[in-house]
Amino acid sequence: MHGIKKWFGNFQAVDDVSLEIRPNEFFTLLGPSGCGKTTLLRMIAGFELPSEGSIRLDGAEIASLLPNQRPVNTVFQNYALFPHLSVAENIGFGLKMLGQPKAKIAAAVAEMLKLVHLEGRGNDPVTQLSGGQQQRVALARALAPRPKVLLLDEPLSALDLKLRKSMQIELKRLQSETGITFVFVTHDQEEALTMSDRIAVMSHGTVRQVGEPWEIYDRPAERFVADFIGDTNFLDVDVVAIEGERARVRLASGAEIPATFPADIRPEGRVSIVIRPEHARAVAPSPAAPLAGTVHDVVYLGTDTHLHVRLADDKTFLVRQQNARSGPCGFAVGDSVGIELSDDVAQILRD
Amino acid sequence: MSVTPAELGETIRRKDIRSRWLLSAPAMLLIGAASAGPLLIVVLYSFLAPGSYGDVKWAFSTDGWFNVFLSRDIFDDTVSLADAHFSIFWRSVRIALATTALCLLLGFPTAYFIATRPQHSRSLWLFVITIPFWTNMLIRAFAIQEVIRTEGLVNTLLMKLGLVSAPIQMLFTDFAILLGMTYVHLPLMVLPLYASLEKLDFRLVEAAYDLYASRFNVLMKVIVPLVKPGLIAGSILVFIPALSSYVIPRVLGGGKNLMVGNLIELQFGQGRNWPLGAALSVTLVAIVLVALLFYVRNVGKTGGGAHG
Amino acid sequence: MARNPARNFSIKRLPGFATIAMLSFFILYLPIATLVVYAFNAGTSIAAWEGLSLRWFLSAWQNQQVIDASIRSLQIASVAAIIATACATLAALATTRTTPYRGLTFKYSLLNSPLLVPEIVTAVALLILFSRIKVWTGYSGLGYLIAAHSAFCVPFAYLPIRARLENMDLSLERAAADLYATPFKTFRYVTLPLLWPGILAGLMLAFVISLDDVVITEFVKSGGQDTLPTYMLGQLRRVVTPEMNAISTVFLMLSLAIVTVFFFISRNPQKDDP
Repeated sequence: MHGIKKWFGNFQAVDDVSLEIRPNEFFTLLGPSGCGKTTLLRMIAGFELPSEGSIRLDGAEIASLLPNQRPVNTVFQNYALFPHLSVAENIGFGLKMLGQPKAKIAAAVAEMLKLVHLEGRGNDPVTQLSGGQQQRVALARALAPRPKVLLLDEPLSALDLKLRKSMQIELKRLQSETGITFVFVTHDQEEALTMSDRIAVMSHGTVRQVGEPWEIYDRPAERFVADFIGDTNFLDVDVVAIEGERARVRLASGAEIPATFPADIRPEGRVSIVIRPEHARAVAPSPAAPLAGTVHDVVYLGTDTHLHVRLADDKTFLVRQQNARSGPCGFAVGDSVGIELSDDVAQILRD
Repeated sequence: MSVTPAELGETIRRKDIRSRWLLSAPAMLLIGAASAGPLLIVVLYSFLAPGSYGDVKWAFSTDGWFNVFLSRDIFDDTVSLADAHFSIFWRSVRIALATTALCLLLGFPTAYFIATRPQHSRSLWLFVITIPFWTNMLIRAFAIQEVIRTEGLVNTLLMKLGLVSAPIQMLFTDFAILLGMTYVHLPLMVLPLYASLEKLDFRLVEAAYDLYASRFNVLMKVIVPLVKPGLIAGSILVFIPALSSYVIPRVLGGGKNLMVGNLIELQFGQGRNWPLGAALSVTLVAIVLVALLFYVRNVGKTGGGAHG
Repeated sequence: MARNPARNFSIKRLPGFATIAMLSFFILYLPIATLVVYAFNAGTSIAAWEGLSLRWFLSAWQNQQVIDASIRSLQIASVAAIIATACATLAALATTRTTPYRGLTFKYSLLNSPLLVPEIVTAVALLILFSRIKVWTGYSGLGYLIAAHSAFCVPFAYLPIRARLENMDLSLERAAADLYATPFKTFRYVTLPLLWPGILAGLMLAFVISLDDVVITEFVKSGGQDTLPTYMLGQLRRVVTPEMNAISTVFLMLSLAIVTVFFFISRNPQKDDP
């Protein structure tokens, strides 16, 4: 996919996106609603035509083919199951349209029903299935013609939390069993981190960062990505030195810590760094701690406790304190605390 | 690639619009040829001279229009207002307005009653309202005739009860026409009113009661303003066909109590004055258009669901 | 929401409304009921009850004019309903689920115009036009009536079809295209089956509307082309016997049967998508 642009009137939904999705990959387009991820997906499927740019599949240009001419299938957000057809007829629809013989369709449908654990439900009308079952039929229907790429448009958003969790695992299993490339669209960061091989984070029609889940989480290249995924602390620091792939930065307190930085920049001067709350630890005030402040909020969350600490420069720093069975973490509002950091936890942002 | 996807998109959109015109062509040609189009001929005919045995002579004449509003005395050629035509138009408007009012009086409570039934039984009640609507207008007029004729059900009942000594003449009066019109058009009032009332959020009614409104105030200050689109739609849907009705006055008015529809027919029949008939028709359409314009002004184009 | 049952207060109740509603239903059904009852009268009067009998149904059955008019009515209604529904289906496909394009409003107005123009005016207009054509071509068959009926039935067939189409999710057709269906196959295997109840409803509405028409038929028909309603209109001028009630009752039952089927089709709980 190269140089894709899409305008709707004056509104530019997708602005110069270039992406390479690898074979057999579980690739996720992640971003807030309106970031252009669904438009991008619809262009791959053929429901929208790009205003500019090209889309190639295995080297062949497909950007101006009709949807029915592309070896790409979609799992729709609302499933879009044909209400007048049975489960089996839905699953076999694509193969029937491709003109496959009846016996072959029947065999493929049986195989698909087994794959999505709906054996024996083939003759049921789809309108009588539960949300989770409809989801499986939609998946089976899109997988049955063995597409080169399977597109999934927020398919889990209509399911309740528990079902969503199990479908996440299910999807991952289906992907590895079939070996088909999955392109998955979601605004749910957790879903993206759980399932993906690689993630592209999008905002305002552009791709902000592409990488494996751990890279997106631990090595965010810029403020938007860091902020969108997970809880985040931003600090302004000064770069002191660059030592290979690490920089040394000086905090406001004067303490110096190592920080990683995106490969395409050479940080210097004043920069922003990001530190995840779980990499910090509140301790009794001590001169050894690189940061210090006053607790102004304590939020108990079960597995851990969030401490909102006001630093000397009046910024709030979030610390995630693991809970033990012995009781709450032992800090109260108004306490003065020091904040210790684990080794190598800071990432410099491109700005 | 010789075409870019963007060019292709434009081509697809143009083709889509072209095929949409092709698809709608049969319906539009049919209506153009056998419903809407011939209206233009009526306009043309209103400016021609009447033929001796009906039809027209191909000569320009404003006599048709002249005769709608004025009449020329056959003896001394003096010109005066065409009282007969005015009175028939005025009668028609009056009867149509009275019909609308009666339908509103009966239809609003009926629609309200249906709208406040439990969800599952509402469509059944609506069905009960629409059955008479789908039965032949002539049969319904005939049925009314049966009930109110001198030896009909009502008079028989009144005589048996000793309330009257001789049967009351009800058939072939304005009362008969009004009754028949109300009877025939009531479903047209109930359906759009129901559509509005069904969407009424009764939490607003609760809020009004909570804020010390009386029942009457709740009805007039909360419910009626909220269902105003339905009220207007229903009134227009009743007024227009009532104004131009033909069958009811013919069957229940007995040929003496004319309305505009019968006046028009008369010009094409015994009157043998087609231009006058055409001019009267155009006048009727103009009145209907004014009523429709009033509707569009007050409810707007969004009230498209009005046609039950 | 504790309600005091002793005071019988309900937020939705307005005093007197239920009574008026019942009165409305009574008014709507009393004349029809009377008409049907007297169809079974043994006497020759439609006023005095002289016992139960089917003689008037038999008499109507043996009345060649009635049979001819009925057959003609059914012929015209069937052909006109099919033509109107076919045209309306195509028109509905052309005017729904699209971004506005030039001429769309014009199409809406034209398609709905038979609902708005007074019937008597259309009747007069057709009388003028068709009397010319009759003179020119010499043809005076049922074609005129069929053309007129088809035209004014279009909006009635159009309404339920359009309503159904607008509730149909475009994503189903997208899904079909995604699964390798050509535009024609998409229409054949997805759009048409889903649209079918709407088409059937439109067909029945058009049929009933054509069957009921009096005014336009009265003006357009040539000699000897009476339909059942125009035959009845002519008869109403004379002394009426219960034979009229019998004919009306049969007619009524036919309409009722069609409307009942229509009712069950249109409330078919085949929920595509909430």
